[in-house]
Amino acid sequence: MKYDVNKKGFYGEFGGVFIPEMMYPNIRELQDNYLEILADPGFQEEFRNLLKDYAGRPTPLYHSARLSELHHTNIYLKREDLTHTGAHKINNTIGQILIAGRLGKTRIIAETGAGQHGVATATVCALKGIKCIVYMGQLDVERQQPNVLRMKMLGAEVIPVYSGNMTLKDATNEAIRDWINNPVDTHYIIGSVVGPHPYPDLVAKLQSVISEEMKWQLKEKTGREAPDYIIACVGGGSNAAGAYYHYLYDNHVKMIAVEASGKGIDSGESAATMVLGRPGVLHGCFSMLMQDEDGQVTEPYSISAGLDYPGVGPIHSHLFKTGRVKFDHATDDEALKAAFQLARLEGIIPALESAHALAALEKKKFRPDDVVVVNLSGRGDKDLATYIKYMDSFL
Amino acid sequence: MNHLNILFAKKQSEILSVYFTAGYPGLEDTVEIITVLAESGVDMVEIGMPFSDPMADGPVIQQSNDKALKNGMNLRLLFRQLEDIRSQVSIPLIMMGYLNPVIQYGIGDFCKKCNELGLDGVILPDLPFEIYIEKYRAVFEKNELHKIFLVSPQTSEDRIRKIDAISNGFIYMVSSSSTTGAREKIVKEQEDYFLRLQQMNLKNPRLIGFGISNHETFQRACKYANGAIIGSAFIRALSEKGNLEENIRRFVKMIRGTSGMQP
Ligand SMILES: Cc1ncc(COP(=O)(O)O)c(C=O)c1O
Repeated sequence: MKYDVNKKGFYGEFGGVFIPEMMYPNIRELQDNYLEILADPGFQEEFRNLLKDYAGRPTPLYHSARLSELHHTNIYLKREDLTHTGAHKINNTIGQILIAGRLGKTRIIAETGAGQHGVATATVCALKGIKCIVYMGQLDVERQQPNVLRMKMLGAEVIPVYSGNMTLKDATNEAIRDWINNPVDTHYIIGSVVGPHPYPDLVAKLQSVISEEMKWQLKEKTGREAPDYIIACVGGGSNAAGAYYHYLYDNHVKMIAVEASGKGIDSGESAATMVLGRPGVLHGCFSMLMQDEDGQVTEPYSISAGLDYPGVGPIHSHLFKTGRVKFDHATDDEALKAAFQLARLEGIIPALESAHALAALEKKKFRPDDVVVVNLSGRGDKDLATYIKYMDSFL
Repeated sequence: MNHLNILFAKKQSEILSVYFTAGYPGLEDTVEIITVLAESGVDMVEIGMPFSDPMADGPVIQQSNDKALKNGMNLRLLFRQLEDIRSQVSIPLIMMGYLNPVIQYGIGDFCKKCNELGLDGVILPDLPFEIYIEKYRAVFEKNELHKIFLVSPQTSEDRIRKIDAISNGFIYMVSSSSTTGAREKIVKEQEDYFLRLQQMNLKNPRLIGFGISNHETFQRACKYANGAIIGSAFIRALSEKGNLEENIRRFVKMIRGTSGMQP
């Protein structure tokens, strides 16, 4: 089985390039150049240096003794929460800002939901002195004020989006429209492994540093490079793709992806795309998609704004279909419970998104000698208001 | 015979094509809008299939899509509304919309239904021609449907030639690199691009769309192409107060320049 993208941008039947002609020259330019740029030693040197000195990589692989004891196994946390700006999103934005520079682009656009990708984009734009415009649904602007203010402080222009349901999907539409209207000077830094080819592959490759580090870190700590399990949450799927990347062909490594089931799979308020969706086209690619019977995209719900996306990256649809990755889901309550548990057991407040990955530990029986890596994709500072609201119910 | 072929056989200039979103302003307005447009002398109608995420559209068409969906429009209903349309109008009718609702309906079933109803062509901006050739061309051709492709000022000459080679309706020239939306003027840069395509001697007729909004922009576009397409400006006219039929007739007169009124 192949898990890599083919020349036409497909993972199995998923992926591709479903875009209006007006976007074609920009996408073609990226397709023609991204592999060469990524392979260029000059690019690699600059990228690696920034990951190290600016973003704070490698991130620790932390053996979580008390969590391990609780689950009678060996649990390691990959600490993406300790990166600059507090989530794995910075790995992607550093890479893409360097690519934008090499393509001669002078204006950056991005979409954001929770604001983490927006902040990570605004950050690298400040670093490089490039103009930055972030589209954000008006509802998210209201829900995520601190991140809106961070982006502004970093010099980005945050444009509220009033179309559709005024959340992440609509912000993405608006970023795409901006790109159509600015076909020459602009690069679109997409925030996950979604969108038309080559974005899913590009973002997965930039995030693959996560599993690259895991390999030598595990070797150091356990004597072998491969764990038995890797668990990650999936919104669009970038932190999961990065955590799986270098292990995809090692069938010994079992992989679990955790989607957000909100108030429950059958509640009508959920974001579990693999359970509730079917294949369809949104934002330039063919992948699993939450939609009604007429093919209109439906609005997902999760307590975590970063998992609140109706689609999923095409690589994940392929990993799901082929059975390479098992898809699980966690409700708002299960995620909250896991977050409070980690705070008290380990002194780590995780992002709500990452808490969904932690919640999967409850549902699975591990063996005492299993090595389980949970990708802790981000820290919980941005979610403090939500945590405070639920403090009494979960402590 | 395909009505697009009939049209282009007898008329090569000042072709006026009008886009509207089915289900807007009212759920049941589809047939009236098409018949009044035809009576008013419009040469071709593009019937918009509303979608929740119209990524190539500006605010006016986005809002008409939202409203149409809220009104309850969907493909099945639209096809039912068009059941008798061929007994009422003989101008070309083209379905325009995004790919996902069509995929969910089933591309084969969709093409077959369009053919049964006597529809002539399909525009799906997010279905690029490479995938069309590989997967869908056969079923479109079997059902005698013309698949119309867009080109933009950034489209390379080589790509335009390829698109021309596989097209058999017309070439939809997007007037500038932009999403849909009415603009007041056509600028020099756009005219250079129009001229460039005019001089390419393409086998297909060319219609210019996006940003055409009034008599002046329509005339300008017609200088360089076989005609032009109007969407957002017409949707706005439909939104005006008053009688739907009168609004449509007034709008077409304004575009053709057969009334003194200005927008
Ligand atoms: C901390 C964190 N984890 C996960 C995600 C989900 O994105 P992805 O599935 O692309 O990793 C987000 C998105 O905002 C996030 O902020």
